[in-house]
Amino acid sequence: MIQLSSVRKVYGNGVVALDGVDLDVRAGEIHGVLGRSGAGKSTLLRCVNLLERPTGGTVTVDGRELTALGQAELRRARRGIGMIHQHFALLSSRTVAGNVAFPLEVAGVPRRERARRVGELLELVDLTGKASAYPAQLSGGQKQRVGIARALAARPKVLLSDEATSALDPATTQSILALLGRLNAELGLTILLITHEMHVIKAACDSVSIMTDGRIAETGPVAGLVARPGSLLTREIFPLPEPAPPGSVTVTFAGRADEPIMSTLVRAFDVDVNILGGSLEELAGVPMGRLRVRIGGERSAEALAYLRKRGLLLDEAAPAGAALLGEGRP
Amino acid sequence: MNDDELLRALAQATAETGQMVVWSALLTLLLGLPLGVLLVATDRGGLVPAPAARAVLGGVVNVGRSLPFIVLMVAILPFTRLVTGTTIGTVAAIVPLTLGAVPFYARLVETALREVDRAVVEAAQAMGAGRTRIVARVLLPEALPGLVAGLTVTVVALIGYSAMAGAIGGGGLGDLAIRYGYQRFDTTVMVITVVLLVAVVQIVQSLGDLVARRLSHR
Repeated sequence: MIQLSSVRKVYGNGVVALDGVDLDVRAGEIHGVLGRSGAGKSTLLRCVNLLERPTGGTVTVDGRELTALGQAELRRARRGIGMIHQHFALLSSRTVAGNVAFPLEVAGVPRRERARRVGELLELVDLTGKASAYPAQLSGGQKQRVGIARALAARPKVLLSDEATSALDPATTQSILALLGRLNAELGLTILLITHEMHVIKAACDSVSIMTDGRIAETGPVAGLVARPGSLLTREIFPLPEPAPPGSVTVTFAGRADEPIMSTLVRAFDVDVNILGGSLEELAGVPMGRLRVRIGGERSAEALAYLRKRGLLLDEAAPAGAALLGEGRP
Repeated sequence: MNDDELLRALAQATAETGQMVVWSALLTLLLGLPLGVLLVATDRGGLVPAPAARAVLGGVVNVGRSLPFIVLMVAILPFTRLVTGTTIGTVAAIVPLTLGAVPFYARLVETALREVDRAVVEAAQAMGAGRTRIVARVLLPEALPGLVAGLTVTVVALIGYSAMAGAIGGGGLGDLAIRYGYQRFDTTVMVITVVLLVAVVQIVQSLGDLVARRLSHR
């Protein structure tokens, strides 16, 4: 549904915001782009509807190459792409109904039809009673609901979300994310969202891309990435103190966190398992996590081999003094 | 002057001031508003970035703003004659009043438009709105309270300028105060005109504030 191909964006002052980004968001999925501020994720999002024109590369949305369109065609194409904003970007001079009607006016929808559609949209986002309120009279969560209703007014297939929950409190964030999830499921809406908050990815996204320094470092389904060795996402979702203490082993469970694997280990190989730290939780209904342990005993090498055989990812820290002696791992 | 004459003179002077101020304010709105929009739109990162045009516009506005009104008024006498066919009288005074107030109001319009959240303009662009629609349906409505406040300040300034227009026979309250109050030492006329001017300015300002407040939904 959204394809970015080697998109580059270099600003006038020489800053490279996007350094050859490829992205493919499939129809009907919620894709999250995670990154720290300055990683280029905001520029990435603004390149999708060409609010920011890429210096190089192509942007294709719903089969149309936007980067090849003229001004008038681009304006028409933008009506098929909704956008919600961190600080809502509502017209303060218009009522809730007036705000939601705005994109319909742009699209040339007749007045009567507009009123009907506005009523429908406000019902969709649970704001029926607020039609004649002004944005200043609403709470942050309500404002974002207006933003969502407005973004959906022209029946877009794609919704872009620019840190839409970053200005909201945790409970409101959850309800907005739930709303996005519902719209995704009910309308088949494809959603591309950018965020710096891990919990947004966890709560809402089917797939994720991680951005650092204007590049996409990792991309794929959330569960798939966690199962990949050395994944940045795993480290972000299941944080453990870094660097790992010497001689410790960090075990990544992707879908196996409910098996009593450690106690099996202890019984079968007669080893001591000392738990140093762990971070476990359910992701998309599948238990996942990371556990950091130190395994002692004569048969510890066998125990590790057993864990690998069970499909768990192991990351062994060098034993104390190993670097000093110039020895590799056993 | 006896009371009757005084009353008639005051009434006439007030009408002249009103005529000068109302007409020049309307013309200022008509010319200053588009000029202010152009100043914002042609700026870097604006809707129609055009640095050269913007530099010229800004220069013209600055020249207009730097001339003291009394100098401007005398300097453009030939232009005034060209437009109105005369250089004296109330109608002739409207020309320099307008020319003096347009750059002033244009700057206030510029400031008010800059107050509009960039994100809102961007949101409209993301919806596929064109430039004309963004100016007419986003920028101007969002800046309306500021535009009204700016117009109020401009009208008050025009009331002040209009007193100087008496120097080219424009008439009005300022002229009355100078001819009778100052040159003929008629303290009564002086006091009455001062009170009248203060009252008019108060009314204009309060009215402007009220309208601006009513329009603001921030």
